[in-house]
Amino acid sequence: MSTEQSTIEELANREYKYGFVTDVEAEAVPRGLNEDIVRLISSKKSEPAWLLEWRLKAFRHWQTMTEPRWPNVHYAKIDYQDIIYYSAPKQKNGPASLADVDPEILKTYEKLGIPLAERAQLAGVAVDAVFDSVSVGTTFKGKLKELGIIFCSFSEAVHEHPDLVRKYLGSVVPTNDNYFAALNSAVFSDGSFVYIPKGVRCPMELSTYFRINAAETGQFERTLIVADEGAYVSYLEGCTAPIRDENQLHAAVVELVAMDNAQVKYSTVQNWYPGDKDGKGGIFNFVTKRGKCAGVNSKISWTQVETGSAITWKYPSVLLIGDNAVGEFYSVAVTNNRQQADTGTKMIHIGKNTSSTIVSKGISAGYGQNSYRGLVEVKKNAINARNFSQCDSLLLGDKCGAHTFPYIEVKNTSSRVEHEASTSKIGEDQIFYCKQRGLSTEDAVNLIVNGFCKEVFRELPMEFAVEAQKLLGVSLEGSVG
Amino acid sequence: MLLIKDLHAGVNGNQILNGVNLCVNAGEVHAIMGPNGSGKSTLAGVLAGRETYNVTSGEVLYQGRDLLAMAPEERAREGLFLAFQYPVEIPGVSNTYFLKAALNAVRKHRGLEELDAVEFLQLVKKKLKIVDLDQDLLNRPVNEGFSGGEKKRNEIFHMAVLEPRLAILDETDSGLDIDALRIVADGVNRIRSKDNAIIVVTHYQRLLDYIIPDFVHVLVDGQIVKSGGKELALELEERGYDWVKEKTN
Repeated sequence: MSTEQSTIEELANREYKYGFVTDVEAEAVPRGLNEDIVRLISSKKSEPAWLLEWRLKAFRHWQTMTEPRWPNVHYAKIDYQDIIYYSAPKQKNGPASLADVDPEILKTYEKLGIPLAERAQLAGVAVDAVFDSVSVGTTFKGKLKELGIIFCSFSEAVHEHPDLVRKYLGSVVPTNDNYFAALNSAVFSDGSFVYIPKGVRCPMELSTYFRINAAETGQFERTLIVADEGAYVSYLEGCTAPIRDENQLHAAVVELVAMDNAQVKYSTVQNWYPGDKDGKGGIFNFVTKRGKCAGVNSKISWTQVETGSAITWKYPSVLLIGDNAVGEFYSVAVTNNRQQADTGTKMIHIGKNTSSTIVSKGISAGYGQNSYRGLVEVKKNAINARNFSQCDSLLLGDKCGAHTFPYIEVKNTSSRVEHEASTSKIGEDQIFYCKQRGLSTEDAVNLIVNGFCKEVFRELPMEFAVEAQKLLGVSLEGSVG
Repeated sequence: MLLIKDLHAGVNGNQILNGVNLCVNAGEVHAIMGPNGSGKSTLAGVLAGRETYNVTSGEVLYQGRDLLAMAPEERAREGLFLAFQYPVEIPGVSNTYFLKAALNAVRKHRGLEELDAVEFLQLVKKKLKIVDLDQDLLNRPVNEGFSGGEKKRNEIFHMAVLEPRLAILDETDSGLDIDALRIVADGVNRIRSKDNAIIVVTHYQRLLDYIIPDFVHVLVDGQIVKSGGKELALELEERGYDWVKEKTN
């Protein structure tokens, strides 16, 4: 075995650092799923009747659907009756302020490097923390309120801003959109809600940190972000979970709406527990994310760094409806050990002069399988639409795989669609070159992989870019054969 | 500085070096010349620690230590530098970033404080002049999109920044036009000092018009068959490698 190989394996076997469990008293609903459970969740959250109806409609539809089998991933059948659909840390009335949050939970976030106490905040980042099924605290709410910005938990929004929620909920991802979106619509427990009023540029990064803690629990959160005319917001999302032997389901829905001249930038660093090196345990990350560029000159940009989860199935997409709308998708997906990812995007060009950019970087190591799946669709009236797609795969070792499934449908003659793809292997030549200049194998691999991902990392907000680079180092470090 | 004793090495079971002996002292420049396939690049690769080569017997002492027992990165940190015949591209990694990481790895190994971005940039600006390299090559990814000449100059630039004790230039002249050749040679001459040693591996004599060696060795079939002063290179140029081969047969 060469030294490269052994360093790689050593690094690949490094432990998941966020795998601890917090000991809090939780309140959960009975295992399994039926209409009563949906009603129970809704009543626990004291929801209005329309929302319960909305959930039930979704649930009834879900029962008629079948789980998608087309993704290029393999897993044992999920028993949907063996999942607990709601778990919340016990609390009398829900936290009125951060001071009321269980200290154990605050400690958890501190351990994760996300102090919720506002004074300890990184200036410029407001955080909503979601612990299992509920939001446990949102920071900087007051400061944002002065500008008319709403940033709160989804449950709170349902009560405080019912008209906005009712208007936009499901307007981008309908309840019957797909199997997991329907499931989420029926049982979603909490999440974040953001509304940026006309002409307001949100002065700080907004961020949600999702944490799964309870065992045998699914996490089904919903995020809804609306940027009204001329508004701008940059939103960050991070996720971790404890190490557990069984798989846990995470089926979230994220909806973004950008009105005329509005911009939404959504960045994700996803580091759910990926399972152990033999593929035992880990999160099934089956997520529907979609943005609607509803207005003219609007822009939605997705940036994701996906290093965690046993299986990732997600396609953050943009509907380019307004004329001159811009959609972007920048992605780094890493699969190591037995991880599988089937991820990509959909860019649907509907308005005139709409343009989209797709940059996807897949990295496979160990026995990891990485698929890019993307659709670029240009409708008949989307004259002068433009798309540029670039899909690059990097292989570390010879037991992993990279796959690309690009779909292109163009229904007019004035549009231009470009697709570039490449697959490369980290070369022994590159590693040796670095070593000859004094770098260790580990540093060499890190350097090469980070270089490969550079186009995506530079799209991330700065604090996040640093985090992402470190994360990439931890989840790969090594893997050359 | 470097003592090679009866070195045998090969690749994939093919024996290429058949007992090389060489002694290099600080302050000396040695040229190793030889026909294609004589083992010049293998020798350079073995000294730098390339894992594709197997050393079957022999010994190499570098500053009194067993060089062959050291990992490639340790050799580099101890001041052994190889200017590659074919410099490798590293997409997305800027030349400056790469070189700073390399220099700091070397400095750390030697117990020196690591340079911060400002200090490093000052150093780099000074060194750029040595090889007349365009500043904008600093921000471009390592060797990506560089012309052949730029790549070779970049190697010498790396050498200038890392200040090696022993530098091995593997066919640094190949693919260079006469102007680039002169720039590269001038750079090497400026780095040359009484404290370091340089081994120039080359097929042609013309580089040695600019980098004047103290010793010239002729490598044929994996053995040094003839050694002499700088005039040996001129003689080779005139009479060809067959002359040496005939003499040894």
